[in-house]
Amino acid sequence: MLHLSLNASDGLPLYLQLLQQIKHQIATGRLAPDSELPSVRQLAQQLVVNPNTVVRAYRELEMAGLIYKKRGAGTFVASGGTPYTNEECRRILAERIEALLVEGRHLGYDAERLITLLRECDGDMRADGHASVGGKS
Amino acid sequence: MSERAVITVRDLTCRFKNKVALDSVSLEARAGRVFGLVGENGAGKTTLMKHLLGSLTPQSGEVRVLGSEPTRDPVSVLAKIGYVSEDRDLPRWMRINELLRYTAAFFPDWDQTYAEAMLEQFNLDPTARVRNISRGELAKAGLLLALAHRPPLLLLDEPSSGLDAVSRREILAVVVRSVAEEGRTVVFSSHLLDEVERVADDVAMIHHGKVVLNDSMDAIKAAHQRRIVRFAEPVNVFPKGDGVVFAEGEGRDWSVITHGDAAESRANLHALGVEILEESSPSLETVFVSRVTGARATKASA
Repeated sequence: MLHLSLNASDGLPLYLQLLQQIKHQIATGRLAPDSELPSVRQLAQQLVVNPNTVVRAYRELEMAGLIYKKRGAGTFVASGGTPYTNEECRRILAERIEALLVEGRHLGYDAERLITLLRECDGDMRADGHASVGGKS
Repeated sequence: MSERAVITVRDLTCRFKNKVALDSVSLEARAGRVFGLVGENGAGKTTLMKHLLGSLTPQSGEVRVLGSEPTRDPVSVLAKIGYVSEDRDLPRWMRINELLRYTAAFFPDWDQTYAEAMLEQFNLDPTARVRNISRGELAKAGLLLALAHRPPLLLLDEPSSGLDAVSRREILAVVVRSVAEEGRTVVFSSHLLDEVERVADDVAMIHHGKVVLNDSMDAIKAAHQRRIVRFAEPVNVFPKGDGVVFAEGEGRDWSVITHGDAAESRANLHALGVEILEESSPSLETVFVSRVTGARATKASA
């Protein structure tokens, strides 16, 4: 089952929320290549949204080459690594880093101290056996 | 957008004594789509519904439902409509199964198998009396009675008002299934804007009997922007700008809702000498509130 959560009071159009969440799940590997996505009807009923919302999200994902349709068989995740371009990857990470920097500033951590902390955390994660997923080359 | 119109309302006006309930209302609901009617209590939504059902005759203007005038051809129109009224006025002394048999008698197309499947799905006890069931069960019973003759058009007047979150979700799921599985046209009124945002293809906002906004949900979302702006010097009143629907704030920081092309309204705001701090897409609820309060403010200052 595809776990998604749409929030109508967020303001962001629901089809975009859907698009971004599926894109993210593909990027992080939670949705594996060639795995099947629910049908428009199924997903609309599961999320209690207008079917056209799902149609629009699927259409844009298909145009972006992230999913493909097989006639009579359904909709599947395309294989091809992270769906994000280098530029998008940069933007996504930059957003997180910006938030981190702001928070760091409030807590008296400058960039150097944050980088040290980042290395430590990365070391801990590796030690715990959370293998890195492997970035985009 | 080529679907045929299932409902056409043109210049419909309705007065009760001195009060204008509907003021030259025009709108169109197309086949296989969900039409959301939003407005405050007393805005005219129920009055409009009653015209669609033929229980009110247009004083002026025109109403066509599934190709007919509901007041001229009530039998054939009503046979094709499933209707749930806001007050869910079902006879309190009847048992659910009696109510089913009673309602079935009015509809030649009644599908008893379908009705029984819904009973099960809604977890309704057929032997329970209407007066003993909960509000949520009452709403579901009303919906079942409206759907069992598989009408091409479903009219729901505030289907989830006064219900808990679980029952609301169940009712909404039926609306979605109705459209997704059976291609039904649905018109529903609601003051719960997040529900409308979830399920409606098209939206009409009614305020004091007037349609203040009527478009597809996508177009409404695309044409409204919410921005946080900062002035160099404090201002007491937000300056009049093109496309500004609503502004709220004091001093230097203001929150603004604009309508129109995003790049154009951004340029218009810059022309007022503000810095844009934040930009986002407003929810339908925010659009509605800004339209209504914006209208009030204009009225007050006029």
